[in-house]
Amino acid sequence: MHELGISRNIVAIVAEAAAGRRVRRVTVEIGKLSGILADAVAFCFEAAAHGTVLEGAALEIVEIDGRARCLSCGAEFTVPSWGIACACGSARLAHLAGEELKIKTMEIDEVH
Amino acid sequence: MCGVCGCDDEASATALNLQTGRMIVLDPQHEHVHADGTRHSHPPHRLHPGSLPARSHGHEPGASTIIDIETRILAKNDALASANRDRLASRNVLSINLMSGPGAGKTTLLERTIRELGQATALFVVEGDQATSNDGERIRAAGAPVVQVNTGTGCHLDAEMIAKGLDELDPCTGSILIIENVGNLVCPALFDLGEHRKVAILSVTEGDDKPLKYPHMFRAADLMLINKIDLLPHVDFDVNRAYANARAVNPGIAMLQTSARTAEGLPQWYRWLEAERRALLPAS
Repeated sequence: MHELGISRNIVAIVAEAAAGRRVRRVTVEIGKLSGILADAVAFCFEAAAHGTVLEGAALEIVEIDGRARCLSCGAEFTVPSWGIACACGSARLAHLAGEELKIKTMEIDEVH
Repeated sequence: MCGVCGCDDEASATALNLQTGRMIVLDPQHEHVHADGTRHSHPPHRLHPGSLPARSHGHEPGASTIIDIETRILAKNDALASANRDRLASRNVLSINLMSGPGAGKTTLLERTIRELGQATALFVVEGDQATSNDGERIRAAGAPVVQVNTGTGCHLDAEMIAKGLDELDPCTGSILIIENVGNLVCPALFDLGEHRKVAILSVTEGDDKPLKYPHMFRAADLMLINKIDLLPHVDFDVNRAYANARAVNPGIAMLQTSARTAEGLPQWYRWLEAERRALLPAS
């Protein structure tokens, strides 16, 4: 269940960046070709956040479509899964997007 | 535990009852999709009743600030993997991350490799399993220093576990470190351990469509070993189709055919390991 590990990583990195301030929201990017199920990360997030400054925070997941450029004909297209060839028949692709696993931003309480 | 790890390329996990044909979409989230495609989800409130105040999308009174973080989620593992890689490189140690589903023959192949190649080249092993030291015992009996990692509920090795293994094994200059990952075609593919090469074993009893069913594994691998080829006359496994399927997800993947039982193809495996090992040694 590597998604639990992914959620724990998110919590650890954000908690460190928050330095004690309460976190309201975390935005992450998960590519659809990353091998990580966004639903499972979301499911594990609350458990991972429990007892930290992220407890109760919302998790916003931006899913990134797979994109590739064909190295034979130059066409760019959406790649829904690995193993897809270009319409021209070539399987030689440069993958442009879809493997992201990144924390983008956090929203924290302002210190008064 | 790995019920959620069926990392196919669908956005949501689904369960299909083949008796009734009913498809169940497993979506435990309180989720909204915004116009720009952003998914905004809450943890299910039922997990810890009482621990969370009722919330509406987290929009609360009071000032807040949005701070850019821009950090890879696996940054910690990647940093540890990078440290492992440097440590191995400083001694010209070739490290192989050996991965497969359970029962594909990783440990049997390793035992034989230790007994045969180990005569000429020092081999060290990190053995990963959720529980038991059975495989570690087998490796030890075959004659290689071994560290058994039990991951408990974890379904893959990570870079920190390998760092611990390196502390214990202290592999000598010019040797080979083989990391036998937890038997699993999903999760191990995602975690960099600091290895030089990833090798995926596919045994002929598993079916030649596995590279398409588990594309992350075969996309990550440098070499695919088709193992148990002594059983080919008894199964409907087409080696050429398996290779074509692997190349569909990873055009650069190499393939060798082996039987760890009859030793067919093992000389080519040893030659591949030796060529990789020598490539790390300083030119003399």
